[in-house]
Amino acid sequence: MAYVPGMRRPLQRDDAVVLRVQKLGESDRIITLLTRRHGRIRAVARGVRKMTSRYGARLEPFGHVDVQWALGSGLHTISQVEGLALLGKHFVEDYPRYTAACAIMETAERLTSEEDQPALRLFLLTLGALRALADGEHAGTLVLDAYLLRAMAHEGWAPALAECAVCATPGRHRAFSVAAGGCVCPNCRPPGAAHPHPLTIDLMIALLGGDWKTADAAEPAQRRECSGLVAAHLQWHMERALRSLPLVDRGERT
Amino acid sequence: MYEGAIQDLIDELGRLPGIGPKSAQRLAFHVLSADPIDVRRLAASLVKVKEVVKFCTICFNVAEDDKCRICRDPRRSDEILCVVEEPKDVVAIERTNEFRGRYHVLGGAINPLEGVGPDNLRVRELMQRLADGEVKELILATDPNTEGEATATYIALLVKPMGITVSRLASGLPVGGDLEYADEITLGRAFEGRRTI
Ligand SMILES: [Zn+2]
Ligand SMILES: [Zn+2]
Repeated sequence: MAYVPGMRRPLQRDDAVVLRVQKLGESDRIITLLTRRHGRIRAVARGVRKMTSRYGARLEPFGHVDVQWALGSGLHTISQVEGLALLGKHFVEDYPRYTAACAIMETAERLTSEEDQPALRLFLLTLGALRALADGEHAGTLVLDAYLLRAMAHEGWAPALAECAVCATPGRHRAFSVAAGGCVCPNCRPPGAAHPHPLTIDLMIALLGGDWKTADAAEPAQRRECSGLVAAHLQWHMERALRSLPLVDRGERT
Repeated sequence: MYEGAIQDLIDELGRLPGIGPKSAQRLAFHVLSADPIDVRRLAASLVKVKEVVKFCTICFNVAEDDKCRICRDPRRSDEILCVVEEPKDVVAIERTNEFRGRYHVLGGAINPLEGVGPDNLRVRELMQRLADGEVKELILATDPNTEGEATATYIALLVKPMGITVSRLASGLPVGGDLEYADEITLGRAFEGRRTI
């Protein structure tokens, strides 16, 4: 529905995840939301940086909110917001989880390149990943890698793991090539393909399929290798590199 | 699109933070219709600020010398250090008259979505300042929003093993707000009621 100047602005309502919050002017913010039914939208929240604003806390990043907005010709304007689960408070006191949550938000934003295009599956994936991250039941980096793998699968470019990415010969192949699209058989293996540990491929299959028992039992070396392959595969398919991915704190502080 | 000088001005103003194309146009036409003396004064202060104002080599507050006014003041305590995001936060806290220690200005908050990590802020410089053991308490006065809280969490993680008391401003500051918008009374109370983390 387009906004016609002079007409009363139509209102929309949906639940959404707050992906990004940017300052605008003196005391406003531009809020990027991934909504359940309306895809990604960008809307102005007026006066939220003032200390008297009642809405500010509800429009912080990572929140699951019930939001109402007025359609605008450019940016929309937020008119009401209620918090359903303000997940950000779980992350700000755990720095590694905060950085993982940021990488999830940026990925969701980048995978919804067009605004106002419904993306229900990605919304559900993103909300699920944030909830899992807040629960703290699994390691933050595992939740992040599971999200990235599933988001890639939804886009149709998950790495091939149980067959050759080139000739589709089923089976577990030892070589992995980002450029070829995942695991490759000996016949299709391009020069410079990596040879990850077989357990690393097992971990990737477990994360993609939601087998948390296997994933939680994975050794640190396999987790690291898995994160590296997932990140490389994701970056290969993205036009621009994700800014937040290199900043993910994987807890390797000395 | 306009021609020549007026469009150049619109383009330059439009590159400033928080200024959209419409505001840039409004400001440009305001300048065009303003008194030439006022415009000259504005232009001169723009040029001067880059020539004269530097960053304090100790705390990274704005200064007109190597050291800022606060770092030069011998009456202030070296044992208590307040970490803020921006120089404007120093001004806001100074207005409360609650704080007699020194500052450290990070130059922003950790914000991975904008590509800002700890290495892009003056965190390493903070750790160097703390290394000599003179500071006994560190107050983390970053903004009460997600990025500010996460930045405080990160610094606390680094500093706590050093045996320094780390405190955070008390609640009462609404989440999502900018520190600079807090009134003196609220901010003063938040200082008094700071909690060790
Ligand atoms: Zn093959
Ligand atoms: Zn100074």
